[in-house]
Amino acid sequence: MTDRTIERLMPWAVTIGFFVVWEICCRLFDLDVFILPAPSDIWREAIKFAPELAYHSAQTLYTTLAGFGLAVVVGVALGAAIGSSRLVYRGLYPVLIGFNSIPKVALVPILVIWFGIGTVPAILTAFVISFFPIAVNVATGLATIERDMTDVLRSLGASRRDILLKVGLPRSMPYLFASLKVAITLSFVGSVIAETVASNKGIGYLMLSASSNYNVPLVFAGLLVLALLGVVMYVAAAMLEMRTSAWAFRGSDVVS
Amino acid sequence: MNALIELKSVGMVFDTGKEQIRALEATDLSIDEGHFLAVVGPSGCGKSTLMRLLTGLTRASEGEIRIGDVTLDGPARDVGMAFQNASLMPWRTTLDNVLVSFEVSPHHRRAFARDRGPFVDQASSLLAEVGLSKFKDRFPWELSGGMQQRVNVCRSIVHAPRLVMLDEPFGALDAFTREALWAVMQRLWIERGFTAVLITHDLREAVYLSDEVIVMSARPGRILHRQPIDLPRPRSLEMTYTDAFQGHVHMLREKIQTDQEMS
Repeated sequence: MTDRTIERLMPWAVTIGFFVVWEICCRLFDLDVFILPAPSDIWREAIKFAPELAYHSAQTLYTTLAGFGLAVVVGVALGAAIGSSRLVYRGLYPVLIGFNSIPKVALVPILVIWFGIGTVPAILTAFVISFFPIAVNVATGLATIERDMTDVLRSLGASRRDILLKVGLPRSMPYLFASLKVAITLSFVGSVIAETVASNKGIGYLMLSASSNYNVPLVFAGLLVLALLGVVMYVAAAMLEMRTSAWAFRGSDVVS
Repeated sequence: MNALIELKSVGMVFDTGKEQIRALEATDLSIDEGHFLAVVGPSGCGKSTLMRLLTGLTRASEGEIRIGDVTLDGPARDVGMAFQNASLMPWRTTLDNVLVSFEVSPHHRRAFARDRGPFVDQASSLLAEVGLSKFKDRFPWELSGGMQQRVNVCRSIVHAPRLVMLDEPFGALDAFTREALWAVMQRLWIERGFTAVLITHDLREAVYLSDEVIVMSARPGRILHRQPIDLPRPRSLEMTYTDAFQGHVHMLREKIQTDQEMS
């Protein structure tokens, strides 16, 4: 095998190896299903509850993507404002840092008071937890434009708008896409938190009710579905990144 | 010949809040249309300040600057600039990096938006002239430092500006590449006849390229010496080893030396 094929197979080998070790440990130490179910137990339960898992993960996927979409729109707008105006940056900085310090789970009860339990708080939690890294990254991309670059364009006669469109935005694309990978994962965290605390739909809710029925394998099945969805979303974001800002990777094949 | 640029007692004081630093003494200077002027001096002598003032990127704290018939008020438009750092846009190909000059230039942007064709032809033929035809569709990171700098120079002159400002554009290159680019620069200047201001601390480069060299003093900057370079054109690398050429370099060196000893 060449080094390259080994490199390609590595992620699969490690993932499969992880489950194999897990299975072996469960059997070897004869662990109670109630403490740590083996992957085979989880798989059996997942097959049995496949329709429920599908229904609830569709709901989670929906709230996550809706929250993520909102976060992209608000994050890019906010980041563009902060990154292109020193005044806006100065004004908003303390508020943003303060807001970002709040554990977002603490917001869920407030959202429930405002919107009731269900879909809306999940979308909003996913949104508030994930817009911040997007805004920060877009702002960084805009604020770190080299002075030589803007000098060249300004002396050619470029307006502020020209510079934002021709240099600022393209330049902040790699920053934006790097943040999307983080933000999509955070969105999942947000919607599952909200579903766990206050919902009657979604993977978070499914796991909560499974655990109150002592169906531990189903709880783990929920976790694995979440992990799977997370990986799929991450890869989608990473592929989009490679397509739109390949120049930032200079021909290397880094995906992370 | 008419003066393209005129400085009337232009000075610059930077206010840091705590103290006021004078970067440039009141300076009078005029640069004729089509002239190649070089500015040399020790680092921190306000060479770059002078250049930012000439292009209106920084507003002078005193005096008046005129380009053509217009008194500068804000960034001069349609001036070409090239810095030591090529600062090309990594997401654009070589050709597109050069075309940006047309895209934002007030004189060309309308026509460019209607039809790119003629502008692409102009940019392509300029790139061919500096030996980059094969690299038109490559991205900056695929080019060597010397090639990037050639693209940088192309971008600064492609839109036929009246004034081109060069701030140590060859400063970061190795000696051989640098000398090769002097020849390229000279040829472009002779063909196109733009007015050029070159800032450099390479005295041979200054003498090779310019019609006149200005020596500036250490901070606060002021013009110490003006030296017309009367060597015939086109100049060759061979010429840089002649007595006449060396005489100019020695003279400039001496002026800078005396200034440093006095301060």
